[in-house]
Amino acid sequence: MRVIHFAASLILALWANASAALEVEEQRTYPGTGPTTLRILSTADLDVFEPFLLSFQASVPEIGIDYTVSSSAEVFRAVAAGEAFDVVISSAMDLQFRLANDGFAQSFVSDATEALPDWAKWRNLIFAFTSEPAVAVISTRAFAGLPVPRTRQDLISILRENPERFAGTIGTYDVRSSGLGYLFATQEARISDAYWRLSEVMGRLDPQLYCCSAQMIDDVSSGQLALAYNVLGSYAGQRLAGPEGEGLQIILFEDFDNVMLRTALIPNTATAVTEAGAFVDALLEVGNRTEKGEWVLPPLAPSSAQELSFGPIRLGPTLLVYLDPLNRRAFLESWQSAIEQTPD
Amino acid sequence: MKTSGSISRRLTVLLACVAALLSVLSWSMVTSFARQAAERTQDNILEASASIIAEALRSEDGEVRLELPYSAFSMLGAISEDRVFYHVTQGGATLTGTPAISADFVSPAPGQTRLNTTTYQDEPLRVAAITRVILAGANRVAVTVYVGQTRYGVSLIANDLSRTAALLSIAFFTVAVALSAVVARTSLHQINVIAEAVARRGPTDLRPLRQTPPQELAPLLQSLNRLIDRLSRSLRQSEDFIAEAAHRIRTPLATVRAQAEVALHSVDDVTEKKRMRQIIRAVDESSRSAGQLLDHATVAYRSENIPDTAIDLAQIASTATAALQPTADMKDIDIHLDANTAMVRGDDVLLESALRNVLDNAVKYSPPETSVTVRVRTAGASGEITVSDSGPGLGDEPFEKYTERFQRGKNAEGTVGSGLGLTIARDVVLAHQGRIELTNNEGNGTCVSFILPRA
Ligand SMILES: Nc1ncnc2c1ncn2[C@@H]1O[C@H](COP(=O)(O)OP(=O)(O)O)[C@@H](O)[C@H]1O
Ligand SMILES: [Mg+2]
Repeated sequence: MRVIHFAASLILALWANASAALEVEEQRTYPGTGPTTLRILSTADLDVFEPFLLSFQASVPEIGIDYTVSSSAEVFRAVAAGEAFDVVISSAMDLQFRLANDGFAQSFVSDATEALPDWAKWRNLIFAFTSEPAVAVISTRAFAGLPVPRTRQDLISILRENPERFAGTIGTYDVRSSGLGYLFATQEARISDAYWRLSEVMGRLDPQLYCCSAQMIDDVSSGQLALAYNVLGSYAGQRLAGPEGEGLQIILFEDFDNVMLRTALIPNTATAVTEAGAFVDALLEVGNRTEKGEWVLPPLAPSSAQELSFGPIRLGPTLLVYLDPLNRRAFLESWQSAIEQTPD
Repeated sequence: MKTSGSISRRLTVLLACVAALLSVLSWSMVTSFARQAAERTQDNILEASASIIAEALRSEDGEVRLELPYSAFSMLGAISEDRVFYHVTQGGATLTGTPAISADFVSPAPGQTRLNTTTYQDEPLRVAAITRVILAGANRVAVTVYVGQTRYGVSLIANDLSRTAALLSIAFFTVAVALSAVVARTSLHQINVIAEAVARRGPTDLRPLRQTPPQELAPLLQSLNRLIDRLSRSLRQSEDFIAEAAHRIRTPLATVRAQAEVALHSVDDVTEKKRMRQIIRAVDESSRSAGQLLDHATVAYRSENIPDTAIDLAQIASTATAALQPTADMKDIDIHLDANTAMVRGDDVLLESALRNVLDNAVKYSPPETSVTVRVRTAGASGEITVSDSGPGLGDEPFEKYTERFQRGKNAEGTVGSGLGLTIARDVVLAHQGRIELTNNEGNGTCVSFILPRA
């Protein structure tokens, strides 16, 4: 009963509590030479996005940028509440889709949007500019002497056979608070029942729950975690390349992968529509690049490994299924009973 | 000739208009069918989706529970990028979803489905509703599932098919116009056949037209034949009249001549005798002219029905020569007959009168004490009669003129004549499918030939 209550309050937080002010995580303004400032609301961390913002401004210096970072649920709530932004970027495809479906986005057509493959846009309302798989990050030290798991089944066996070694050192999303975590979890549960077995196994190991990929990866590299499950491959790749990357290994499971599309939309409330269009065009141009390049966010083109799997999560009405409060409640109930098993 | 426009063109335009009308009609019909089909498909999908959701309803702890099935939504997203909304009510209260879509909707009776088009966010929204009764604890609760979808996909498919139908209609129209032109031309072909049959006829051919006309042209053909009949009858009447008149003139003339002959012998005075001879010559000329008029009428009358009898041209030649012998003798002209057998088919009376007229010319225009040759030969597929004299020749006028009715040559000045002789000859020869040739002999004289097909 307590769980249901919690879930219900979360639903309220998501959809009913529209009047509350936006919870801002980060915010930075890049003044332009002209009078227009593009207000961007995004779930992507500043340090990930800044290179792109700077290169965009280098090409169009007259446009100022006001970049606000918030959680995907907050982003959704703010747009649905009619707060004024020019471009909305989010990794939570389902929430972005719902904004488009429910009529909060405006249509935009340009050469760049026409060049997008069909699966990377919906009704010219939302546009994908990255495709990012969910990966697991392991600490090679913690896994010393053990084989590197190649499938989820491998991982289940390893965790089950070494409960002492992994107790308290497994990290995964708290799907109650993370939109992206919820999306990955629901899609995985839909594709394979290995998800629930894995969650059961993790639940027995007193898992650490996180809001965001970045912290989870940090904790793996600091040695606090042995395994971070379902983190964004792009963030992990960035960390692996850095000085703290030593001792980290990224695992892209072979049984299937869960590929998320990071999407942008222009909300109805946008005032600088032309500039927003230019910004989306620039995003899509980068998204459509063929070389991996400098930027940590991967391009849209599926890698050869992804071509074998189901392809990215589909932009379509199926994304509404797990957003339904009843479904959410049911899923969170199952998830909670799997993940939150108190050992006593 | 001034015409009142072309039937063929009018027919083509008319048929093209019909084709255009049919094209537009078929296009609009296909368009509306396409739209209906696309809408029905959407309706089926919406109904299926709503019933899948309804089937997922269950009760637990006295509460209605629902987990939206993934498949209910995947089928909605499968064919189009349409916006999707749903609403589930439990005894009138919202269980989940967007209440606005079912606002103007009477929920269907349990077990029933209902479809309705409403407007949501200024867009038409097709909504399927299905009601199911769930036993929640002790209560029976009616739960209604509404699933709504916008209609972009429907319009897209319908417009696509409509465009294809339009292209097909244009193609149909083009083909139909081309066919119309062909049809118009072939239907008018019958008229042309009759027109050509009339045009092909010889100037004296007044037989009725024997073509079997299409039903629509029968009246035209009938009245044409009636006209021809009337024409030939009145023509025959006037010819009969001429023949009758000629005959009636000739008989008293013969009496006058006989009396003049008697008178000639009974007077002694030289001047009286001279006068009497002039009278006799004039009477002869008049009698000959009357004879020619009679001949001409006979030709016109008999050439309508040339019999298929075999005739020897040599026979004709000897009869005609014999008939002209007395006249020739008067001028001391020797008629030389050189005849081989040459068989043709036709009317001996006509052929003889034709030859007689030509021989008459030869004798008339030749100076006395000369000779005239009549030759009968076969050459290839034809039989020929040639009359050759050593007179003055035909002169330098176009020869066709001599065969025209009442036309006389300049060289004939001073001689008496009616201008009918060669006309009779020509008409007879033409009626026998032959031709007449007029040439000047080398040196002097005229040569007239009948060339007739051999039997
Ligand atoms: N044998 C001929 N020699 C010279 N001219 C002729 C001869 N036959 C016919 N013609 C010319 O052809 C004309 C037409 O001949 P025809 O029809 O017999 O009329 P006509 O009564 O004048 O003889 C004559 O007037 C004459 O000029
Ligand atoms: Mg004559």
